[in-house]
Amino acid sequence: MVTAVSFTLNGTAVAAVAEPAETLLSVLRHRLGDTSPKAGCLQGTCGACTVLLDGEPVLSCLLLADAAEGRRVETVRGLADGPTLHPLQEAFMDRFAAQCGFCTPGMIMAAKALLDRNPNPTREEVIEAISGNVCRCTGYLPIIEAILEAARRLAARR
Amino acid sequence: MPLSVRTTETLAEAAALLATERAARFLAGGTLLMRAVNEGDVSFSLLVRTRDPNFVRMRTAGGRIELGAGVTMARILAARELAFLHAPARAIGGPAVRSMATVGGNLFAEHPYGDFAAALLALDARVQLATGFGPREIPLEEFLRGRDRHPRALVSAVVFERPSDPAAFRFHKMTRTRPKGAAVLSIAAHLPLSGGRITGARVAYGAMGKTPIRARAVERALEGRPLSPEGIAPAVAVAAEGTDPPTDSLASAWYRRRVIGVVLRRLLLGEG
Ligand SMILES: Cc1cc2nc3c(=O)[nH]c(=O)nc-3n(C[C@H](O)[C@H](O)[C@H](O)COP(=O)(O)OP(=O)(O)OC[C@H]3O[C@@H](n4cnc5c(N)ncnc54)[C@H](O)[C@@H]3O)c2cc1C
Ligand code: FES
Ligand code: FES
Repeated sequence: MVTAVSFTLNGTAVAAVAEPAETLLSVLRHRLGDTSPKAGCLQGTCGACTVLLDGEPVLSCLLLADAAEGRRVETVRGLADGPTLHPLQEAFMDRFAAQCGFCTPGMIMAAKALLDRNPNPTREEVIEAISGNVCRCTGYLPIIEAILEAARRLAARR
Repeated sequence: MPLSVRTTETLAEAAALLATERAARFLAGGTLLMRAVNEGDVSFSLLVRTRDPNFVRMRTAGGRIELGAGVTMARILAARELAFLHAPARAIGGPAVRSMATVGGNLFAEHPYGDFAAALLALDARVQLATGFGPREIPLEEFLRGRDRHPRALVSAVVFERPSDPAAFRFHKMTRTRPKGAAVLSIAAHLPLSGGRITGARVAYGAMGKTPIRARAVERALEGRPLSPEGIAPAVAVAAEGTDPPTDSLASAWYRRRVIGVVLRRLLLGEG
């Protein structure tokens, strides 16, 4: 048995067929070809699969795909505007906040959830915002610096 | 066998399904159950959900607070009138976990989880159960004690009185990692003062037993005492009484019993 699910992915209406208990992560990666959310632990502990659902960060590995029905899903793939990177992506590059890069899509989406809601966060708020995201190689300091830097760049644009 | 999913319109229908289908599990936020799904747990083959609006309803006006079992930690954190519950809600995972994790699911979370349930215990919450025969309400403490014997009960809501003085409600979670991590232990306390003396103390622990528990000996020792170092000393002395903490990768039972008094003292004296 399969079910149909449709939602907005990075601003574009998409639809897919899925197994009834298939996760959003699996539908994004295997049915819709958006491999930007990563399959890390599938246990909710690494945060590499973090996407935004109606602006809220969720763990797509623990969410049934049909929970996204009719809603707005954002992944890191939708952040760049053609060749122009999002200030978070730019700041991650400039501050060397990615080594292997596996945690980066989740880190950036967790950070985006924060900055969309709170454009001028404190260092503590940044740490809290990425507290569900594990990085095993870069280390957290460059990531925290990059997010604070992105907030400054976004503020300068306003 | 592939998993199937049923979504019911009402809580009663979900309760009836859970009561009759042996291989069914109720799915709320999924932060625990979907882990089992991803691990290939074959002990169930049907996930039951509900669209019942009562399941996600929050009633916070007035003295009696009702939280639908499907209310998430993120929604509690967004509710200014529930500020006294923000510390325990923020204690659950990171932001993405909190947009999914529900109040009801936390009552079923196994050691070392259940920090929010500990807070509800200190608020003397009651649990509303949806059954095939209509709703039923029991004290949370009784619910937790029988939890593993009634795995098929469907929780629809929790209800409790708003603390008359928000400062009388305190919560502290001790973790090995910052800013988040599973509990070495957590403590919630409701300590109303009358004429400078504690009346009707309620203290609850997370991760100090199979389920969150009330610290009855501590409560008795606090009754009628001031919140001073001398006043609380007898309560701190019996902090570990009635506890049976598990040993796990975070801490040994010995350590938990050793440290509970220290954390309790800091919480009571506001040094947390
Ligand atoms: C990375 C991570 C960190 C976490 N950190 C913490 C933490 O610090 N503290 C903590 O307490 N927990 C923590 N958790 C565990 C979990 O997120 C919470 O306990 C949460 O409240 C569980 O709720 P849920 O809605 O996701 O439950 P689900 O996964 O949907 O369900 C859990 C169990 O409860 C049953 N159930 C759920 N709701 C009901 C209901 N209304 N009636 C009957 N049965 C029901 C389900 O059938 C299932 O057996 C963490 C989880 C993850 C993945
Ligand atoms: S893959 Fe979802 S949290 Fe690790
Ligand atoms: S960059 Fe490798 S895990 Fe974070």
